[in-house]
Formats: sequence, C-alpha cells, structure tokens
Amino acid sequence: MSILEVEDLSISFKQYTGGLKQKHHHVITDLTVTLEAGEILAVVGASGSGKSLLAHAILGILPSNAGMSGTIKYAGDELTAARQRAVRGKEIVLVPQSVNYLDPLMRVGAQVRTSVKQGDAIRAQRKVFQRYHLKSDVENMYPFQLSGGMARRTLLSTAMVSEANVIIADEPTPGMDPAVIVEALHHFRELADNGCAVMLITHDIESALKIADKIAVFYAGTTVEVAPVDDFFGNGEALRHPYSKALWRALPQNDFIPIRGSQPDPSALPSGCLFAPRCEKATLECGQARPEMRNLRNGMVRCIHAT
Amino acid sequence: MNKRVNRHIGLFLLLKSVRMATLLVAICFISFLLIKNSPIDPIQAYIGADMLKVGPEQREKIAEHWGLDQPIIVQFVSWGSALLTGDLGTSMIYRRPVAEIIHERFLHSFVLMITAWVLSGIIGFAMGVISAMKKDTWVDKFIKWYCYTLASTPTFWLGLLMLIVFAVWLGWFPVGLGVPAGVLAENVTIADRIHHLILPAMTLSVIGVANVALHTRQKLLDVLASEYVLFARARGEHGFGLFWRHGLRNVAMPAITLQFAAFSELFGGAVLAEQVFSYPGLGQATVEAGLRGDVPLLLGLVICSALFVFVGNVIADLIYYVLDPRIRERRMI
Repeated sequence: MSILEVEDLSISFKQYTGGLKQKHHHVITDLTVTLEAGEILAVVGASGSGKSLLAHAILGILPSNAGMSGTIKYAGDELTAARQRAVRGKEIVLVPQSVNYLDPLMRVGAQVRTSVKQGDAIRAQRKVFQRYHLKSDVENMYPFQLSGGMARRTLLSTAMVSEANVIIADEPTPGMDPAVIVEALHHFRELADNGCAVMLITHDIESALKIADKIAVFYAGTTVEVAPVDDFFGNGEALRHPYSKALWRALPQNDFIPIRGSQPDPSALPSGCLFAPRCEKATLECGQARPEMRNLRNGMVRCIHAT
Repeated sequence: MNKRVNRHIGLFLLLKSVRMATLLVAICFISFLLIKNSPIDPIQAYIGADMLKVGPEQREKIAEHWGLDQPIIVQFVSWGSALLTGDLGTSMIYRRPVAEIIHERFLHSFVLMITAWVLSGIIGFAMGVISAMKKDTWVDKFIKWYCYTLASTPTFWLGLLMLIVFAVWLGWFPVGLGVPAGVLAENVTIADRIHHLILPAMTLSVIGVANVALHTRQKLLDVLASEYVLFARARGEHGFGLFWRHGLRNVAMPAITLQFAAFSELFGGAVLAEQVFSYPGLGQATVEAGLRGDVPLLLGLVICSALFVFVGNVIADLIYYVLDPRIRERRMI
C-alpha cells in the first residue's frame, strides 16, 4: 500500500481584476502522484509548475484563498484537515525552501529541537548538526547570522531529527557546497532505506538521479510522467512523455537544446493537453481533451501518443 | 561578550547625549526666534492690566533693564547662558521660578500620562493580539469597529462626554482639578488624588488603546502570514502556543518601539485632556503660558517636552538594542 496518494489534485486561486471580474489561476490541475514507504520520489519541473504548492497542499498549509479539489490519502485513509493537523510535524514533515522559514528571533538550535518529538532533543539536534558539519556554536545563532548553505542545513536538520514517516523536501540543496549536498542526499537515502518515504522537490535532476527511485516530471501544475530513475539515460528514448524527453535533452550535459515557448499562463490554460501548444507531436486530438494519466511500461504518463 | 555589550551601550548613550545637546540647542534657538517674532510683547505681558499707568519712558527703561534693546543674538546668548546655569527665569503669570512650576506640574502630568500610557499599552496590545488571532470573527469585527470609532474621536470631546456621564449624571468622579477644592494641601490624601486622576486617565487611555490595538493587529497579521509561521504550522504548532513561541517575540518589539515613540502623542493628548478637566498639569500650563504670553514659562515647557519626547525615543532605541538579536549581535550600533 502506498503511504501517500495524491489523486486528481487541483488547486486554484481566485483573483479579482478590477471590479467584480474574477480570474481563476489554475496552479495545479488533476495532479496524480503516489509515494511508497522506503522510496525516494524526485519531483522535477520548471519554476512555477506547482511543486511547492503540492507540498503545502499535503500538509494543509495552503493560503486561505486557495480552492482545492481531489483527494490526498495518507496510509490508506483520506487526509482530512483535522488529520493533517494531527500528523504534520510528527508523521509528515516539510523541509522548506528558504531561510525565511526560520523564525528570525529564535536561536536555530531551539528551532531544530522543536521538531524532536521524542527522546533527548538536545542530543538529537547536536548529532544532526555534527553530521551536517555545523559547528557547535551554530545552535546559539540567529537565522540572520547563518550563510545560505548553513540555513539550508538547519532546515534540513529540522526534518532529519523528526523521525517522521514522510519527508517532503522542497528544494533542499541549492546554496550548499557539494560535499554537504552529497551528505544530505545520502541521509535521505538512509532514511528511505529505513522505511521512510521521501518526496524530493528539486530543480537538480542530476542529484535526483543519484538517489531517487522514481522521478515525477511536473509541467504547468500537473504530473506528465512518473518514470523509474533507470529510464533517464541516453537521449531520453526510454522516457514516455514528449516534455520529459525535451527536458532531458535540454540539460547542459545532454544536447542542451532548449524547448521553445514557455509554460501556459495559469489563468488561461489550454483546454486540451497542457503541453500541446509546445509539443512537436501534437495532433488535433491533443487539443480536444485532457489526456488521462495511464500506466505504461512500469511508469505513468499523461499523453495519448506515448508508447 | 557582556563587557562588549556594556561598552557599546555606553558609547550609544554618549552619542545620544551629543545628539540631544545639539537638538536642544536647535530647539532653543528656533523657539526663541519664533517667540521674538510673535506678537507677544514681553513688557505688556509682564505689566498686564497696569499698562495704561506706565509711560513710554518707563517702558524703555524696563526694556533696557531686560536687555530687549540688544541685538537678538546677544539676547539669545544671555538667555542661553542663564539656562545653562539652571535658571529658566521667572514665570510672569505665577510670579515664581519656571523650574519650580515645571517640576510641580510635571509630577501631576507624569502620573496622569504614565497611567494612561501603561493602560493603553497593555490593553491595546492585548486587544490587537486577540483581534489578529481571531481575524474575521465577531470579536475581531467588534474590536476593529471600536478602534476605528475611537481613533477618529477628538480627545477633548470624549473628555467632555466622560465629564457629563461620570461626573455630572452619575456623580462618581469630581468635575475637575487635581485635588478637592477647599481642602488644605496637607489634608489631601492619595485617595483624593487618585479619585481626581481616574477620569482624565481613562479619557487618554480609551483613545490611546485604538492606535495601539490597530498597529498590533496589523503587525501580528503580517507575522502570521510570514513563512516562518507557515513552517511552524507545518510542524504542528497552532493556537496560543504558536503565538507564544513565534508571534509574541516578533510582534513585541515593534509594539514597544511604537509605545515609547508615542510619548509625543501622549503629550499632545494630555494638553487637551488637562484643559477639559482643569487638571493642573504641564498641558494646562502650556495653554496658559501660550494664551497669556508668559515667555519664560513657554520656553521652559518647550525644552521640557522636547526632553521628554527625546528620552522616550532613546528608551525605545535602547530596548530594541537589548531585545533584538539582529541589532545586538551584528551591528553593535
């Protein structure tokens, strides 16, 4: 059984543009993704593809003006608002994106210790700081005294000490030096091997490939493909979705060919397949209806042409 | 570390004193010029109703005696040097040294202002916090309604209203003055003084609460919308615990600064409230001095109020410095 299942999740924001005219921003559309215990799922995609909002939706900390539909299940049961309140911070934890997520007026050691739900908090915090090469005086510092990399390591520490079942890491690695990135990724792998499920939201496909089991590719607020990590090789011939292939080929270490066009405006999404306007394989049919997510070769894809 | 902090606070206070000295010199000079160029004739103000009996020669003699025929800068220097020795001159209305009057009035006003200040600070802060934590509920709406209404109410009007209701209709409090009329000074008890203090203090607090509450509410809403509060919620913190751990410390500092910076408003409010309640404080003395052309007293009061406001701001800076780690541990001023 999957520990976390997200089914047909849609999130939209209402915006009033002059008078009573409303504009709906569909930031996440029919998103489906599952997370297994003992597995690392990397979520990759361009900025603005709704990756962080997915994390916030799972934890139930979306802004109050967000409208949400679809279901999120945790350990087999629906994750209602009340259940979200009960499990967040204990069973599901977040590694947030930036130093702004640390209380500016609280010493960082104390902030990490808050996350320890059982046992000796101080020992757990010192141990994890040591592991991330944070010197012992760092625990008495305030967030403004940390470098970007130190702040990331602190944020990471808050999740690592929590002994949660699910860790959702939202861009945990930028700004850290390579040695620490390796350490952090190893740590994720180690936690996953001990039965934890990790969702790693990242831009860094290369790092993700080293430790993840599966990769979910995001485009314009939906998952276009979920593929085993082994499918990312060569020219992307094993990949299923045209966008995944294009993304793979756009990487500097591969062909370095950019995809033409840009992601659709969330307030004016195409009526059919979201990628159709930029897709080389697009046919008339693609513009008519949104393709369903379907299983294909040990992965999932949202494209009628994929084989 | 502690030694370093102490040394820095010492330096801070030294810098502030220099700044205060320059500020005072500037204020003295500007107010002196203003008064010199105002229609107030010091001789007429001094002589008052007996003006008709004084001939032009005599007036010239008085002017000469006071040095009024000297150039303005000489007059300023002679007034300034007297000031430096602590001599603020003699009040023309009260025929007593200005320093003595200010001292006596200040004690009255100080009690009134501090009472109002503490009350409005604490109650306003609590109201702002409740309002922000319960945003969009009826409690919030009620507090907002109260604050907007009170923030647009003139102090003197509310003072009159208080007088009508509590002093005239209900008869719970005296109609005015700082002590009961017709009682010898040595027979006035503390209870009497408090009894006379309640209405003016209440008037000032009721109004002061509105500003503090609205500011606190907005600031706390900003804090609650911040990413660190979002992260705290993501970690399972909620309700009062969340406020205590993250809200209070982030909202307390701006609140404290605001509270000390409000010293000037306090002074302004006290002038009006004291006038309405005939409360013998600095505010009332200022109005008197202005209306009756008592130059020495007016200048003394200007200096005194400038000092008062400046001290408030210095305290705010100091508290910020001691409480905010971002200032304490990085810049060291």
